[in-house]
Amino acid sequence: MRYSLLLFYPELTAEQLGPEGIAEGIRAFEDYARALDEAGVLQSAEVMQHSDATTTVHLVSGELVVQDGPFADTREQLGGTFIIDVADLDEAIAWAAKSPSATWGPVEVRPTATRYADGAWQGTPPVTV
Amino acid sequence: MAGHPAGHGLTPHDPAPDHAFVAAEHTARASYGRLLALLAASTRDLALAEDALGDAFERALRTWPVDGVPGNPEGWLMTVARNRIRDLLGSAAARTSTPLDVDVRAALVEHDAEAIPDKRLELLFACAHPAIDPAVRTPLMLQVVLGFDATRVAAAFAIDPRTMSQRLVRAKRRIRVTGIPFAIPTRADMAARLPGVLEAIYGAYSLDWLDQNERVWESIADEARWLAVLTATLLETEPEAWGLAALLTFAQSRAPARVGSPWPPLDQQDTAQWDRALIAEGEALLRRAHSFGDPLGRFQLEAAIQAVHCDRARGGTLDRDVLIRLYRGLVAIAPTVGARKALDALTAPGEP
Repeated sequence: MRYSLLLFYPELTAEQLGPEGIAEGIRAFEDYARALDEAGVLQSAEVMQHSDATTTVHLVSGELVVQDGPFADTREQLGGTFIIDVADLDEAIAWAAKSPSATWGPVEVRPTATRYADGAWQGTPPVTV
Repeated sequence: MAGHPAGHGLTPHDPAPDHAFVAAEHTARASYGRLLALLAASTRDLALAEDALGDAFERALRTWPVDGVPGNPEGWLMTVARNRIRDLLGSAAARTSTPLDVDVRAALVEHDAEAIPDKRLELLFACAHPAIDPAVRTPLMLQVVLGFDATRVAAAFAIDPRTMSQRLVRAKRRIRVTGIPFAIPTRADMAARLPGVLEAIYGAYSLDWLDQNERVWESIADEARWLAVLTATLLETEPEAWGLAALLTFAQSRAPARVGSPWPPLDQQDTAQWDRALIAEGEALLRRAHSFGDPLGRFQLEAAIQAVHCDRARGGTLDRDVLIRLYRGLVAIAPTVGARKALDALTAPGEP
């Protein structure tokens, strides 16, 4: 099963982190991505720019509204996504727990309903649980 | 719902169902959970497995009286239910023209009818998975492992049947959609995962205490005890699982004395009414729990407290000092309101 691991955490500035903090973070994400890759479960990994780099786009009554900043202004922001392919939820939870960000903020684990690949949607539309 | 034949017939207002019938129902319930666990393990789709198994039981009721009971009834039910799942998956695939999951097809290979593996433990761990709302774990367990229908589960929790039914449907869908495995946790995860299962079984037992006068409660309490013993037996080496089995066995040994309203407190009950065979079984289960030499967990301490009470049936007196020591231990690791109150009562000035 494919799962998205959505990493949420409070965003710290370079000053707040300090050079050592940054170096440590880079190393931790290196190790994490490599471990996922070597286990053969990693599909994609992206760490995003901070949420203040977000541009929010919305069509309101047919009119394009472009806004500076994220849609939801919360303390913890979505900072990265890892898509993994594993056997079940327990494996996905185990990988989520290993995320370097898990000590700073929550990791959401969400199964994929369907994805577009090889020219077609693979899967079924999402359902309400 | 047609899917729960094991729950049929035994109604709360049925004053004295005969022994053979109760035995038959128990057997049906035991196979229900076994078969459902196996059917659902391959697809993780409990609702689908329930429908298929319900159909199989219905067909059995139609054909067995005419053709005779097959030599291997469980194998017969399993084959019919598996074919039914294949039909249902096949027709769904035809409707949506989505290619059928290859894994699902592969998992539906013919089973060995002579040796039906016991996957109930895996099913219990799925029902009590941390990703399932704790409030729905016990109801889910009652339905899918013991075969109680949603109406009876709702009655046990004093909840509107439609609301309960919705919660159960949602929990089953959640297991399938989120990919909750039907698996026994690894050694490393066991300590974190087992309490959820034991709590859910304990929750089923404690329903009994809501109202002793209704037969249905007694029946659920008895099934919960049976489930605790089953869990301990299947896990083999988990002291707290044996502790829970001992606890519920001791508690159930005193069920005959819990009559009247309000029923008499433990230390005033007539010990002649307690079930001696169950007390002996409780003692054996507790010895098993202690045999691993681990520090006593919550359920073992509670079982030991029950053992001291039950011992009054033999010596006529209650060993308060031992009881106080055990309650102090219990309050230290599981400071529940009930445990504190009991300890306060035992150590209050004026107590002998």
